[in-house]
Amino acid sequence: MNSFDVIVIGGGHAGVEAAAAASRRGASVALVTFDARNIGTMSCNPSIGGLGKGHLVREVDACDGIIARAADAGAIHYRLLNRSKGAAVRGPRVQADRRRFGAAVRELLARHTGVQLVANEATALVIDGGRIAGVEMADGERLAATAVVLATGTFLGARMFRGDERDAGGRLGERAATVMSGQLRDLGLPMMRLKTGTPPRLDGRTIDWARTEVQPSEADSWTMSALSPGRPLPQLWCAITRTTDASHAIIRAGLDRSPLFSGDIEGVGPRYCPSIEDKVHRFGDRDGHQIFLEPEGLDDATVYPNGISTSLPADVQQALIASIPGLERTRITAFGYAVEYDHIDPRALGHRLAVAALPGLFCAGQINGTTGYEEAAAQGLVAGANAAAAALGIADFVPDRAQSYLGVMIDDLVLQGVTEPYRMLTARAEFRLRLRADNAETRLSAVAEAAGLLGEERLRHVRAREAERAEVDAQLAEPLTASALAARGAQVAQDGARRSAGEWLRFPGVELAHVSPTLTGSSTPVIEEAIEDARYAPYVERQEAEVSELRASERIALRPDLDFGAIPGLSNEMVERLTAARPATLAAAGRIRGITPAALTAILLHATRAAA
Amino acid sequence: MSTIFAPSSGLPPAAIAVIRVSGPQAFAAARALAGDLPVPREARLRTLRDPVSGDHLDSALVLVFPAPNTATGEDLVELHVHGGRAVVAAVEAALGRQPGLRRAEPGEFTRRALTNSRIDLAEAEGLGDLLSAETELQRRAALAMADGTLSRQIANWRAALLGLAARLEASLDFSDEADVDAVLLDGIRSEARAVASEIEAALSAPAVDRLRDGIRVVLAGPPNSGKSTLLNALARREAAIVSPIAGTTRDRIEVPVSRAGIPFVLTDTAGLRESAGDAIEAIGIDRAGQAIAGADLVLWLGDGAPPEKRMLWLHARADMAGREDVPDSVVLAVSAESGFGIEQLWELLVGRSSALIPGASDMALNQRQRAHCREAREALGDMGAPDELVVADALRRANVALARITGDVGIEAMLDALFSRFCIGK
Repeated sequence: MNSFDVIVIGGGHAGVEAAAAASRRGASVALVTFDARNIGTMSCNPSIGGLGKGHLVREVDACDGIIARAADAGAIHYRLLNRSKGAAVRGPRVQADRRRFGAAVRELLARHTGVQLVANEATALVIDGGRIAGVEMADGERLAATAVVLATGTFLGARMFRGDERDAGGRLGERAATVMSGQLRDLGLPMMRLKTGTPPRLDGRTIDWARTEVQPSEADSWTMSALSPGRPLPQLWCAITRTTDASHAIIRAGLDRSPLFSGDIEGVGPRYCPSIEDKVHRFGDRDGHQIFLEPEGLDDATVYPNGISTSLPADVQQALIASIPGLERTRITAFGYAVEYDHIDPRALGHRLAVAALPGLFCAGQINGTTGYEEAAAQGLVAGANAAAAALGIADFVPDRAQSYLGVMIDDLVLQGVTEPYRMLTARAEFRLRLRADNAETRLSAVAEAAGLLGEERLRHVRAREAERAEVDAQLAEPLTASALAARGAQVAQDGARRSAGEWLRFPGVELAHVSPTLTGSSTPVIEEAIEDARYAPYVERQEAEVSELRASERIALRPDLDFGAIPGLSNEMVERLTAARPATLAAAGRIRGITPAALTAILLHATRAAA
Repeated sequence: MSTIFAPSSGLPPAAIAVIRVSGPQAFAAARALAGDLPVPREARLRTLRDPVSGDHLDSALVLVFPAPNTATGEDLVELHVHGGRAVVAAVEAALGRQPGLRRAEPGEFTRRALTNSRIDLAEAEGLGDLLSAETELQRRAALAMADGTLSRQIANWRAALLGLAARLEASLDFSDEADVDAVLLDGIRSEARAVASEIEAALSAPAVDRLRDGIRVVLAGPPNSGKSTLLNALARREAAIVSPIAGTTRDRIEVPVSRAGIPFVLTDTAGLRESAGDAIEAIGIDRAGQAIAGADLVLWLGDGAPPEKRMLWLHARADMAGREDVPDSVVLAVSAESGFGIEQLWELLVGRSSALIPGASDMALNQRQRAHCREAREALGDMGAPDELVVADALRRANVALARITGDVGIEAMLDALFSRFCIGK
């Protein structure tokens, strides 16, 4: 029987990062997937990054993950969302050529020589003495491992819906992982159901582009990964069109044939990515809903119409498309569908993304109730790093909420659970001002290096970056008088005060050229990061108090066997939420929705008494 | 676990005082003072003696309650002693010398009741105020709290701020969505400022605590200026020892009195003079200074003008021969002997107090609620920042502060507001 430190089940974005991260930490890894050619497939829209999601991509990249470099290798359209807003909410996003992105993922994964690809269907977890011992395949073969990462995406108990058509499967043309799902239920893990959907795909050669509004790629040179040499591919444009009153009438007429409204779909869909029938149903007063027409590749005519995910019957989809300006004569190459799938209530996991009830089992990605490639990749990184830790007996890798979106997401998942597919939003990060997409490396390089997650090339880059940052910081610490600035053309009050160059940058109208002629003209990501740091410094400093308050209550541990039901003064709802999430600290308990300060006091009193 | 004791029946002097002892050593300590203990839950007369000297301390009713079905959940003893200050002090001193016993911290009996599941937190917080309501005004304030006026107001502020946060956050997290228009920061600013000024108004109303604890009226002045006599006249009982000897009142004496529904705590203090007669008087003078500093109203009984402007200058002993001339800036002439001016003095105190306690239409906040409202108002002070991220952070902090009063901390409430308003989703 083949034996590994870690087995990863699933070759999507979570599985790939999990296998790669475990391997970077020194584990021997088997990546089990139905078909190795499908590794790195983008099941949904062909884009990586965006608001909040761009932060995750940069953080995974800072930990030497794969997704950002693959995104650059496949990018055919770059856009920095929220460009006009504060740096902390800017979201880098690319449209990626599906084929080239997938090829880049497989190529980058292949560099991890410790990862062995196993093309097979994993049908069961092998459990020995209450803990994970390996995985069993459809053909009866067994692989042994100390830790297993489940990254099965929407394939667990998946069912596809279109009109009255039903099909078992997690993605068009691929089968579902039904046996595994049954085993997880039998193990008593809390399984729930969610729903997501996808729009019909269009033949771009049949679109009347003249009737759409064109959105070109942005011309500057930033990349998703710090290690990418640049933008290797030619850049295409996207286009925007809208649904019309005629579209809405078609949708309303077809609602009775929608599985969403017939009650056939029990899973809850995402509020931020509703189907077009949901939008028309809930926001009927709007005169049109925007559709982004996104190219799927350089040598692929397929276009992804982002904004009209639907499970209406094929004939309604056809009529709907024909009612949209520019798409009147457009040919549909594949019809949209909804998919309903099993996921684990993520409150059954701890901050390592390990299942509390089954030692050795880790979960990452959509199986935890999240959505998106970026969320999946980020969890894959953390689950893989911790699976390696479990197998090799090395330190856990638990990202901090005050330090990263990785930490925010995982903390949210394991404490709050999900009621809809969880999507990263900048609003979820209370320390948002400190957590910028552009300072991910500064925030995470050191912890990633300490965890042994960084390869040689990355380490060389980190050293060079640190040296450059030290040089820039020294320049920005330079004391300057107002008159010195005025001599360089800055409009500042002559108050006679000497301030550091960095402090001067907080004044309106003061530019880098006024404080440091030497840094000007050679704008690098490090210089830009240092300027943003200087500008936000007073606010970040003030948040320090909040951060240390968090740290202080993180020190008050709650016993894992604490019986919340025995604490007087807690409502049944609170007891239910606390019991499901099993917060390890008082601070974690306080973050659970609906837990009041008064309830926290009661928990603290009870915990103190139990300890006495 | 230490065993704690404290008088549980309000401040002496009174006819009786109940001293509670709670904890594992409660029975042993009671036995040391009272000898044989009566059967549980039956009151028996016992002679309390100092276990060391054998001195007779008092004759008292003794009740014992074995754990766990007691007020605190622990072994509990109640000693019903005579309510004189000296008696209580002597019994407390004897208890304090028993092994494992110490004086209770404020609220410690309640805390132990809570820890031992005898009451829940809501009872501890809510019923605490209700039980301590002594006057008509206190009862009305407690009722206002109970019927949810306060919660509704805070919920309104929070709903307003959540709506603003949702608008702003939509423009930050969903700026690429067609349904989300560019946000008008100035509109958000002015709406948030409107909420901030409502919070400000609530904060400027008097705190409910004064209504609960009583208006602190301190009688101050040089030795022998008639402070203790006036205190007794106001309290209509002999609370303070009165003698013609300067320096008779050595410590501060506190007398709770209710008048026109308003609770007052009258405090007699040691006379203020430069050179104290002895060390104890010096400490008394020091404590008088502290009492004056913490007072809501200070009555000054000196013949010379008061040392602080805020003090109310009274011309005491007005009917005494040779004191017919009343200085110009005196507020009121009174005579404790004849009762002359005492009613007017009460009217004056009641009038001045109405500004210090919440009125019928005021939002009565307690100190904890005030602290969170203050945090919210301070956070909203950042609304003017040019960077919308800083504005968003101000709204977030204000929402967290208010949520600590109503209890629902977390981002989900904002997201609910956001998704119900905007059609999000490409």
